[in-house]
Amino acid sequence: MGLRGEAAIVGIAEYPHQRRYEGPRKFTLEQWSELTALALQDAGLEAGDVDGLVCSDIRESGMFTPATVVEYLGQPVNFAERIDLGGATAVGMVWRAAAAIELGICDVVVCALPALPIPSNPNPGPVDPQRFFQSSSPNWGSPQAEFDIPYGNLAQNAGYAMIAQRYAAEFGYDPEIMAKLVADQRANGALNPNAAFYGKPVSVADVLGSKMIADPLRMLEIVMPVAGGGAVVLAAREVAERCRHRGAYVTGFGEHLTIKTPTYAEDMCRTPVGPASEQAFAMAGLTPRDVDAAEIYDCYTITVLLTLEDAGFCGKGEGMAFIRDHDLRCAGDFPVNTHGGQLGMGQAGAAGGMTQVVEAARQVMGRAGERQVAGCDTVYVSGTGGVMSEQSALLLQGG
Amino acid sequence: MSIELERPLPRPTPTSRPFWDGLQEGRVRLQRCDDCGAWVFYPRNRCHRCLSAALTWHDVSGAATLYTFTIARQPTSPHFAGDVPQYLAVVELAEGVRLTSTLVDVDESRIRVGMALAPVFEPVDDDLTMLRFRPA
Repeated sequence: MGLRGEAAIVGIAEYPHQRRYEGPRKFTLEQWSELTALALQDAGLEAGDVDGLVCSDIRESGMFTPATVVEYLGQPVNFAERIDLGGATAVGMVWRAAAAIELGICDVVVCALPALPIPSNPNPGPVDPQRFFQSSSPNWGSPQAEFDIPYGNLAQNAGYAMIAQRYAAEFGYDPEIMAKLVADQRANGALNPNAAFYGKPVSVADVLGSKMIADPLRMLEIVMPVAGGGAVVLAAREVAERCRHRGAYVTGFGEHLTIKTPTYAEDMCRTPVGPASEQAFAMAGLTPRDVDAAEIYDCYTITVLLTLEDAGFCGKGEGMAFIRDHDLRCAGDFPVNTHGGQLGMGQAGAAGGMTQVVEAARQVMGRAGERQVAGCDTVYVSGTGGVMSEQSALLLQGG
Repeated sequence: MSIELERPLPRPTPTSRPFWDGLQEGRVRLQRCDDCGAWVFYPRNRCHRCLSAALTWHDVSGAATLYTFTIARQPTSPHFAGDVPQYLAVVELAEGVRLTSTLVDVDESRIRVGMALAPVFEPVDDDLTMLRFRPA
C-alpha cells in the first residue's frame, strides 16, 4: 500500500513571516505566480515543466480555484486539486502531489499557500459575518451554528484549551514543561531569518509570565497571526535527479479525519494524528526512532504534546516527561520544529503548516544553515486542521 | 473599534426542533437509535453509528458530569465580550453523549473535570431556552 518514494520536493520558496507586513500588498494570484517562480527557480526548473498544481482557497474567487490559478500562471496541467484541511492543508497537498506523480499523470507539481495581505479594496462590500466566527460556520443547519457557537465555543483557543484541561485531568500537566517546549522552539526560531521572532528567544519565566488566555493556555503558547506563506515544487525521480538540490523524497504519508468540534470526539486525548502517523511510518518502513528531526504542527503547545505521544515518539501520558528530558533545539538530541515552528515563525493562517513542510525539505536538502541538523536524512512532518479535527503526517527522506 | 453585535442564537431545524421544544418544557430529550441502541447528539436524521433512520426521541434526566472545561479570559468572539470569564464546558450526559455548554452558579476555583452536574433551563425569549449546567 502507498507510495514507492519516487517523488521528491525539489524546490522551496517562503515569504519572510512578519507581524506587521511592510512590503507591497499583492493579490493571492500574484503571490501564487511569485511563489511558483521562486520555487521553480530554486529547483532549477522552468515554467513549462509544470504539469500539476495543488491549491487551497484564493481571495479573488470562491470557486473554480484551480482553473483560475492555472489560467493566471499560464501553465496547463494534467492534475489540479483544491485542499480544504485547515492547518493540515500543506501536508495534504504534498502527499496528493506525490501520489499524482507516482500515478504517472504528471511530473512536476507546484503546491503553494500564499498568505500576504491583499490590496485594500477601494469599494469594500458589507462585512462578512463569517469573519467573527473564524473557523466555525454560522450558517443555518451547521451543527456549529446551532450547538457550539451560541454557547461561546468557537474559533480555536477554547477548543484547544479544553483538550489541554482534559489531558491534565487524565495524565497530569506541568505548565513549566510546556513553557520549556516554547522556549526550545523559540530558540530555534531565533536563528531563522524568515521567522517573525528571529533573534527573539524567550525564557521559561517569560512564558509562565505571559497572560492567561484560556486556562491552561497562556499567550506565548498560542501562535501569533502574521503575514507569510510558502510553496514547494515536487518532481518525479528522473526530474529530481537533475534538479539543483538533493531531493526530499516523500516515502510515507497518512491522513485521518474524525470530527469538526472536539466536543464530539470519542476521546479528546487520542487524536487523529495517531492513525495518520501509523500509516505514514508503515508505508515508509520506518519507526519513530528513525527520525532525525520532527516538524510538528504547533498551533498550541498542547498540539505538540499530543502529537509526540500519538505519533509514537513516546507513550500515552509520557509527553511531558519526553519534553522535559529531551533538548528540542536544532543541536539537541531530539530536534523539534527546527525553524521555530509556528510558535517561532508566527502563523500565516492556513499557510502555517507550509512552514513545517518547507523546513523539513530544507533539512533533508542540507540547506538549513546554522539550524542544520547534522546528517539529517529522515524528517517527520505533521499537519493539524480545525481543533485536532483533521490531521496528516509525512515522512521525507534523502534520495 | 466598537461593534454592537447580536448574540448568536441557535436556529432550530426541522430535525432538531424536538430537542429545543423539550428545553422549552424543562425537559432534556435525546434521540436513540432503535436499531443499534446508540444515543445520538446533536440531533440528526440518521444514526451516527449505523446510519439507521430509525431514531426515536426519549426524555432523559439531564444528569451529567464535566468532561472538560476552560475559563476563557478573553472573549472567544466579540459577541461574548460581556461574558468574560466564560466558563466553557464539554458535558457528558449519563447516556454517554457529550454536548457543548457553559457552567452557571459555580465558584471558579471549584470547577473540576468529573464533577457532577445538573441541567439549568435558561429562557432566552418566548421561543428559545438554552441548556446550561450547574454543580449537582
